[in-house]
Amino acid sequence: MTRSSSTRTFTRRAMVKATVVASGGFVLGVSMPRLAPAFAAETNADFAPNAFIRIDQDGKVTFTIPQVEMGQGIYTALSMVLAEELDAPFEQVSAVAAPPNDKLYANPLLGFQVTGGSTSVRAFWDPMRIAGAAARAMLVKAAAAKWSVDPASCRTENGAVFHDASAQNATYGELARAAAGLTPPQNPPLKSPANFKLIGKPLKRLDTPDKVNGKAVYGIDARPPGVKIATLASCPVFGGKVAHVNDGAAQSVPGVRQIVVLDDLVAVVGDHMWAAKQGLAALEVTWDEGPNANVTTADVLNGLVAASEKQGAVAKSTGDIAAGLAEGTKLEAAYHVPFLAHAPMEPMNCTVHVQADGCEIWVGNQVLSRTQAIAAEVTGLPIEKVIVHNHLIGGGFGRRLEVDYIAKSVRIAQKVDGPVKVIWTREEDIQQALYRPFYFDRFAASLSNGKITAWSHKIAGSSVLARWAPSTFEDGLDADAVDGAIDFPYDTPNLHVQYVHAEPPGVQTCFWRSVGPGHNIFVIESFVDELAHAAKQDAVVFRRAHLAKEPRLLACLDLAAEKAGWGSALPARVGRGVACQSVFGSYVAAIVAAEVDANGEIAIRRVTAAVDCGTIVNPDSVEAQIQGGLIFGLTAALYNEITIAKGRVQQSNFNNYRMMRINEAPAIDVHLIRNGEAPGGIGEPGTSIAAPALANALFAATGVRFRSLPIDRKQLALGKAA
Amino acid sequence: MSITIEINGERETVDVAADTPLLWTLRDVIGLTGTKFGCGIAQCGACTVHIDGQPVRSCLLPVGSIGDRKVTTIEGVGATEAGRKIQKAWLGLEVVQCGYCQSGQIMSAAALLAKTPDPNDADIDAAMAGNICRCGTYVRIRAAIKQAARSA
Repeated sequence: MTRSSSTRTFTRRAMVKATVVASGGFVLGVSMPRLAPAFAAETNADFAPNAFIRIDQDGKVTFTIPQVEMGQGIYTALSMVLAEELDAPFEQVSAVAAPPNDKLYANPLLGFQVTGGSTSVRAFWDPMRIAGAAARAMLVKAAAAKWSVDPASCRTENGAVFHDASAQNATYGELARAAAGLTPPQNPPLKSPANFKLIGKPLKRLDTPDKVNGKAVYGIDARPPGVKIATLASCPVFGGKVAHVNDGAAQSVPGVRQIVVLDDLVAVVGDHMWAAKQGLAALEVTWDEGPNANVTTADVLNGLVAASEKQGAVAKSTGDIAAGLAEGTKLEAAYHVPFLAHAPMEPMNCTVHVQADGCEIWVGNQVLSRTQAIAAEVTGLPIEKVIVHNHLIGGGFGRRLEVDYIAKSVRIAQKVDGPVKVIWTREEDIQQALYRPFYFDRFAASLSNGKITAWSHKIAGSSVLARWAPSTFEDGLDADAVDGAIDFPYDTPNLHVQYVHAEPPGVQTCFWRSVGPGHNIFVIESFVDELAHAAKQDAVVFRRAHLAKEPRLLACLDLAAEKAGWGSALPARVGRGVACQSVFGSYVAAIVAAEVDANGEIAIRRVTAAVDCGTIVNPDSVEAQIQGGLIFGLTAALYNEITIAKGRVQQSNFNNYRMMRINEAPAIDVHLIRNGEAPGGIGEPGTSIAAPALANALFAATGVRFRSLPIDRKQLALGKAA
Repeated sequence: MSITIEINGERETVDVAADTPLLWTLRDVIGLTGTKFGCGIAQCGACTVHIDGQPVRSCLLPVGSIGDRKVTTIEGVGATEAGRKIQKAWLGLEVVQCGYCQSGQIMSAAALLAKTPDPNDADIDAAMAGNICRCGTYVRIRAAIKQAARSA
């Protein structure tokens, strides 16, 4: 299998495989996870045919959801799939968080227990259907045996089995004990989609009622008895150490109980966060800033520019790129995108109680088994002695795919007698983080008779996968960094995509909502827009002419153009921009209408999105994810960059790391295309499509082309426009 | 020092320094964790509570400055007519995603509705621009406030 001679499907499969190799191979379409003996024994009296479903004898249905709920609605979506095949009454279902257990709760697409990459519905669609159907078959078998009838003559509805011929029925609760003694079938019959009662309906979410009255418990709300509160400061320069601490003033702050000094951080433990914060402010810390003390953003950019001159690892190659570029009109451009922080509304935090014989953790995290493993590593305890209570997540966006904050919290907790909740201030949250990679891109393309004759794309940047899943980083190629680039949807005979691995000095990078495509779709759709302009063609007409082999994406483009009134007249300095993408297993076209005033201030009037994510589990959640994903992407495009000076992150809080607010938010129209295709991902597509559609709209409004982010308003002011 | 304040109709006595922000008094001392910490500098609105019905950022409000004024938090706002309507509309339109900012959003929206029963877009912008939602639920927040205004 080489990466250089592939069809799209082949390449995507190879890529998925590449990202799962680390932990046991490609297991899409996985059968039901194995039944844990301990789980079965514990649930002797009730019916727990697999790790996801439990039916008590009183009829209570509990679903254990392997994927963490961070606002994307996954508790509801996976419960709908389970309830659909089980024929359980959805309004009586309760969903609970799975404990860490890679054997039972691994994400089949990624190989371990992880919520990310817009994979949850895609990964668990088959396993949850099988789990629900198997449980249903066992309940039917139990009922049929009880009534001495043929199981095939029974039907199920709303949490009960019926045998109409003999007018008998029994609830699932009544059948739970008998069903618990049966063996789960391996290949239970699945419902025909035509018979779905729940899937495809905009059902109410299971997690929202407690989120409007203050009852929902996030990691930061954990309050084990006797818990103290700590806050911390790590060396402001990445990689630096503590040189000296004078804690005299801090010790005298009312409510301060303890000062913890570790080699790379200091923490103050108090009765409450105010005491801890006041104590931290009173600490006099001298830092040994180490080798990164002079790093600047310019160093990072210059390093990537230099790296981009090198030959890269070839991610995809079709045709003859050199010959193709020699034909017709050649265009070249360079783009770059900045580091980005995640800034979830719930700052990083973790509550830990370390004792001689065990460690207990209360946290919200997207990689539970890694949470458990890092605590075991730090404490030296056996992994089974680490208990992790996962919580609702107040925003993940990729930040909680990391366990750095858990490691730091456990290290602090090792010095504290009793449980301690370590809370990052917002400043610490933004400045002591891992960031979306800074990327630098070089393009070359040629046009002949209005068609793309050749397309060459070289990406230079850090590799998240090389650190996060090292075994997937092969032959210098990061499958995530080129995701979206090797999926270039526009027809061209000569396509060449390369990646140059280059780590920035002193800055760690990690996944950020929309991952690889978050950067690739911006640069690709912007440069495609440049080609359309060079070809003197309308941006939609140009794209449409290259999408004959991509009917699903073409349908999205046509629908978005129609709904947005593409081509209709607009006032001066108002423009429409379009972008298309086929990533995360879903197809999206979006059109932004934006207005630019004489000072360069931008008002985004409306975003129109057409989305084909295959089979839709909950259309209301899909719409919400597109709406929110767009806002997330527009926020970054308009406002966000993390810059480095003297080795330090210069942004610190929402006053200088700006967020879109309600008065700046556009109207958003989401149009869903319904079909029976396999479910696609939906948490991230809205984010990756936002920036290019906006940048293309600003070009249409003003003639200014943006080849970097965030948008520089100074370039948009009248008189400075190109 | 010992400070007594009225929260959601009940008197609570706490032993903290007078300059302790109400946010941490609620969360860490009293145990009312529905009010959230987001930024600590009154930029995000996650910590919004009502003081005599007015929306206030509790992260910068010293508990010693409250005196006899009445504090309402997300745990108690459902007992007010505007709060009840807002919560109902929030569920009806499925506004919430991660939900972390929504305590503050609901407190700001309830205060708006109590003062302005039929808010227009400009009223909503003015009242809600202090509340950041990182999940980007703004489109639905706007719609839900309007629905709450129309509801009984």
